[in-house]
Amino acid sequence: MKTPFLRTVLSIVQKDLRGELRSRELVGSMGLFALLSILVFSFALELDRVAREEAISGVLWVTVIYASTIGLNRSMAMEREHGNLDGMLMAPIDRTAIFFGKLVGNLVFTLVVGFILLPVMTALYNKSLLDPIVISLLGLGTLGFATVGTLLATMTVQTRARESLLPIVMLPITLPMMLAAVRATTATLSGTPDDGSISWPAILVVLDVIYLVASFLLFEYVVEE
Amino acid sequence: MSEHALVDIQGLVKAYDLLPILRKLDLTIARGEFVALLGPNGSGKSTLIRLLCGLSRPTAGLIRIGGWELPKESAAVRAQIGLVSHKPLLYDNLSAIENLQFFGRLYNLSGSGLQAHIQAMLVKVGLAKRGHDLVRTYSRGMLQRLSIARALLHNPDILMLDEPYTGLDQDASTVLDGLLKEAHADGRTILMTTHDLPRAAVLPTRVIILSRGVIGYDASASGLDALSLAQIYANVTSMVSAR
Repeated sequence: MKTPFLRTVLSIVQKDLRGELRSRELVGSMGLFALLSILVFSFALELDRVAREEAISGVLWVTVIYASTIGLNRSMAMEREHGNLDGMLMAPIDRTAIFFGKLVGNLVFTLVVGFILLPVMTALYNKSLLDPIVISLLGLGTLGFATVGTLLATMTVQTRARESLLPIVMLPITLPMMLAAVRATTATLSGTPDDGSISWPAILVVLDVIYLVASFLLFEYVVEE
Repeated sequence: MSEHALVDIQGLVKAYDLLPILRKLDLTIARGEFVALLGPNGSGKSTLIRLLCGLSRPTAGLIRIGGWELPKESAAVRAQIGLVSHKPLLYDNLSAIENLQFFGRLYNLSGSGLQAHIQAMLVKVGLAKRGHDLVRTYSRGMLQRLSIARALLHNPDILMLDEPYTGLDQDASTVLDGLLKEAHADGRTILMTTHDLPRAAVLPTRVIILSRGVIGYDASASGLDALSLAQIYANVTSMVSAR
């Protein structure tokens, strides 16, 4: 009776990508914000070359996180504005497929912005970020932020103060993810070997799994009322 | 459950926090009925529609639609229902055809069958020539017609309409009247909330007035005209409010 899970996820992803390719609303606003942010950080840290190199992974992740909150808010607002979320909830589908469909779309949009940032930051900060490990870390970290963000945006989009509420709710929850992402990126960029006690990339993977499972279990309750 | 009841509601209660919206509602709707659900704002009409569509969980009571129970068998119930709301439930930056393709896939329709069905629905609602246009270029009346096409795409047994005439001009309302009559003539069961008393006296086969979460009036629409319905409505709503 139910529409197959994967088919539902793919339909939602396709719908989001098609809409975004047409309007470029999400990636446009996220990308512009991200570029302005790294420019501001670059000017602020210009005089202190050492500080600039040390801060580069922090700048990357803070920019990605804030840019992603802009995209997440808009992405879920589009589902609420014309009651579209109700339209999807009415269909005979597994409702968690809506979560995964929206998650994949949000992940793609944030990764596009992240991939635009890497070469620009490489040029501005004179430090190569086009490293396969950095790119992998960007993927792992973005997955975690997009997962929590998609769940929380579904909740906050129903409130009047949604634009300000999402970062307030999301940042404390994703703090461990941000810490692990910044540490892992800093270690990779500085060429510092793992000290053997903590593997930050492994923590990123574990956090991704925890966030994915928790969001999968909670989504249906979040959308029901 | 009554043998012929398509919708069977027993002792339905819905409360938000401690505020009761629906109070022990009992209602059956037979297959093929066209029911107008009237009532003042806050009487529980939209809440009832959301409960029947599986978009909200009852606080207490039983809802069965087509023999399936909510919320346990929600997906089976949802497959039988088409919803038209005062919001279009359509994506602005997709065309009408793309919107219908998307919702069709969610209802497990696909391939050439879906394409043909979409074309037929667009012809039915008079939008065949605008199928490739983005929905954001549509007028309110066109949006509502496309909403009906979306709601009927999976050939549901029941059509639920939550204030579908909101924001429509006279011409668009007349077109919507025609579409609803056609859907009813096709054998669909229709439950429509509205504030439009003249329409509620003419289109449906049965009229129910909700007031403060209880049914204050429930009778056949035959013999009703706009004036007598307005009188009944005023009596029922003032009587329930005075309790």
